[in-house]
Amino acid sequence: MTTPVLYDVPGPRARARHAVYSVIGGLAILALLGYIFWRLWDAEQITPEKWEFLQESAIVEDLAEGLRVTLSLAATSILLAIAFGAVFAAGRLSDFWLIRLPSIAVIEFFRAVPVLLMILFLNFSYTEQLGTYWSIVLALMVYNGAVLAEVFRAGILAVPKGQTEAGQAIGLRKGQVLRFILAPQAVSSMLPAIISQCVVALKDTTLGFAIGSSDITDRAKLIFTDIFYNNPVAVALVLMAVFITINYTLSLIARWLEARMRRRGERVVHLQGAQAGLD
Amino acid sequence: MSTLQEAWPFLRDGFELTITLLVLSMILSAVLGTILAAMRVSPVAPFRLFGAGYVNIFRNTPLVVLFILVVEGFPPIDIRPSLEQVGLNTFETLAVIALSVYTAAFVCEVVRSGVNTVDAGQAEAARSVGMSFGQTLRIIVLPQAFRSVIPPMASVYIALAKNTSVAAAFGVLEATAQLSRMNERSIAPITVLFLYLAAGYIIIVWIISAIAAILERRLAVAR
Repeated sequence: MTTPVLYDVPGPRARARHAVYSVIGGLAILALLGYIFWRLWDAEQITPEKWEFLQESAIVEDLAEGLRVTLSLAATSILLAIAFGAVFAAGRLSDFWLIRLPSIAVIEFFRAVPVLLMILFLNFSYTEQLGTYWSIVLALMVYNGAVLAEVFRAGILAVPKGQTEAGQAIGLRKGQVLRFILAPQAVSSMLPAIISQCVVALKDTTLGFAIGSSDITDRAKLIFTDIFYNNPVAVALVLMAVFITINYTLSLIARWLEARMRRRGERVVHLQGAQAGLD
Repeated sequence: MSTLQEAWPFLRDGFELTITLLVLSMILSAVLGTILAAMRVSPVAPFRLFGAGYVNIFRNTPLVVLFILVVEGFPPIDIRPSLEQVGLNTFETLAVIALSVYTAAFVCEVVRSGVNTVDAGQAEAARSVGMSFGQTLRIIVLPQAFRSVIPPMASVYIALAKNTSVAAAFGVLEATAQLSRMNERSIAPITVLFLYLAAGYIIIVWIISAIAAILERRLAVAR
């Protein structure tokens, strides 16, 4: 725990009082969780037969295949998003308004439009050309790319001004300063933000559910909509476990990386108001 | 712009519902998120544990999965009849619940870091002039925390505004769901329909950013 702002370091009497509160609070939380469990059990949502699908190897293999699709969707779109973000960050940093203003418009547009709306639009209008897989990848690319463009821009702007000036002093052109001096120094400072964005991309792959993407969530739908199983709660809890495991690991890596960089006195960039996994 | 005239009823109905979902979830997630933040900074260990667990679970869960849990999973738990009695559409209410539960995790982190940005000396000074815990919180800490909370809170609410679109995949006829409805009736080329809807979301995002900017300027303190 960080230094408590709201109360003093407890003395012996406060500690005794806190111990009593802990017992009461603990019991209250257990009672709440117990009540939720009982309601779900009573509604026959988590009774043993609702979990039987986990014992059927065909279903588990199908879900594993779906997870592979999910990871492939996320990885492809984040890689493309990095390229997209780099291009538009450079565009936004340009001194030439004919490049700068369109770049700003593209970034702000894709940051403000819901990913699902873009997925549906791409899927309706370019069904034959794109198919479901690329509809999702492109929608995720432009959204995450627009967010990353802002991360990249912040990273570049955070490099001390003297670096640019030194580059110009030895006769490098603007593009060369960006490529050889600023970008290499900015990359490491952006790494935690990029990893956090992977969490967002991974979560958003599930939006493909709306157009039948055959990712893990889409395949899971076939289980809980089956009259024989009819177990949305159990299936959702399994999906939650899968996603939480992956995303929590990713955010631990991002946090560890950031802590290590801060210890070494390196710069770490974040967008204003940004929060890991916010989407 | 006759296509806009034809599209207008769909856009109006869609965004009316989008804004209803947004405002209700804003209020609910703010309340829930603040309670969770209070738990996370509490001296009582089980509350801290619960708050941290809640945040880590719901921040890392895809919203679609949460919608499956709430919208598909809750109706059998006889919430449905009680909701219909008060005259609310079941799916819309469940969508608000899913959105609020999800967003509360982010609100909690914003409020918590806001409280932590207040200098510990401020609260110590308040206590040493004899203020109670409630007075310290109300008069000294929260007004200062509120100021630093505005920009990140605006980001959370902008994300929430876009997230209301997920309800479209679960039978709620908000703005995003209107894309397929308008497309079926071939009111205009799909690109035009998409741009109408995108413009609506952009306006909502602008309004949230503008309100945040105004609040920030009002509460700014010359230091």
